[in-house]
Amino acid sequence: MSAFGLYASGGCCLLAQIGLSHYLVLAAILFCTGAFVMMTKRNAIGLLLGVELVLNACGINLVALARYHPGSGADGQITALFVIALAAAEAAVAVALATNFYKNLRTIDVDRGDTLRG
Amino acid sequence: MTKRRGLGFGAMLLLAGGCCLLACAAAHGQDAAPAAEQAAEVGQLYDHPVVESLLFYSLAAATVVAALGVCIARDIVRMAIWLFVTLSTVAMLYFLLAAPFLGAIQLIVYAGGTLVLLVFGVMLTSRSPWIRFEVRPSELLAAGAACLVLLVGLVAALLRAEWPEAAAGESPRVATLGAELLTTYLVPFEAISVLLLVVMIAAAYLVRQEPKE
Repeated sequence: MSAFGLYASGGCCLLAQIGLSHYLVLAAILFCTGAFVMMTKRNAIGLLLGVELVLNACGINLVALARYHPGSGADGQITALFVIALAAAEAAVAVALATNFYKNLRTIDVDRGDTLRG
Repeated sequence: MTKRRGLGFGAMLLLAGGCCLLACAAAHGQDAAPAAEQAAEVGQLYDHPVVESLLFYSLAAATVVAALGVCIARDIVRMAIWLFVTLSTVAMLYFLLAAPFLGAIQLIVYAGGTLVLLVFGVMLTSRSPWIRFEVRPSELLAAGAACLVLLVGLVAALLRAEWPEAAAGESPRVATLGAELLTTYLVPFEAISVLLLVVMIAAAYLVRQEPKE
């Protein structure tokens, strides 16, 4: 029975020991909000903000699993570090692409980029 | 409007101050390991279950509220500010997870670098006849339903899964991280450096002014 199970079964609510599942549930919520932002925003940079949310959820997952998995050493944290570096690279390229998109189409609305539509 | 903006900036400043305080506490607890008594003092405060759960729940609530703010905000600059709050609270969660180095990197690279880059992107692309575009309610509804189903499925799977009952283990120190980065992870580390160089050149190439013919 995990700590969250105890929490759900109506044990001592706030004082339940924080465990792995708490962090994983938080990361799931963050992931879904990121996905929602990606689905609903039509501004190209707004989509990027959604991607950043999803990547942050991934980072929380990595660090929490590393913390609650004894013997994993530094693996989880270093992977999270790589995720942050890759996110920075992705943001740089994507902002350059968005700028180019804007220069060519005079708008940042991704729904108007339909030049290739048959 | 101006008042609300002032409040937002005040909240941001407060948050940054809180981040610094937490960073100091965490770094102190981490690096003072040889001086066992000091480390024990800070560590005890951190490890106390009530303090930890209070910190976790408040940070988690702030993270979720800020993420929802990113969803709900219409103005792209406002979305960016909400994202800044989210990134900062996630950095604090890293401190809570005994990963102070990662928290600091999150603040410096994400909140300080990536987000500023995104805001620059907003400024470069904000002059347009179609700058405000609304999404149809049906699309909103469909996206919300899909995300809700995804969330329920994920949480159900997470709560049903059997996680190892391990308590929090010993977290690696910053020196260990550096040593691992230059031994075990040397190849990915170098690959990332090359990738960053390529990205720098590519971004400069993509946004360059076309020469007039």
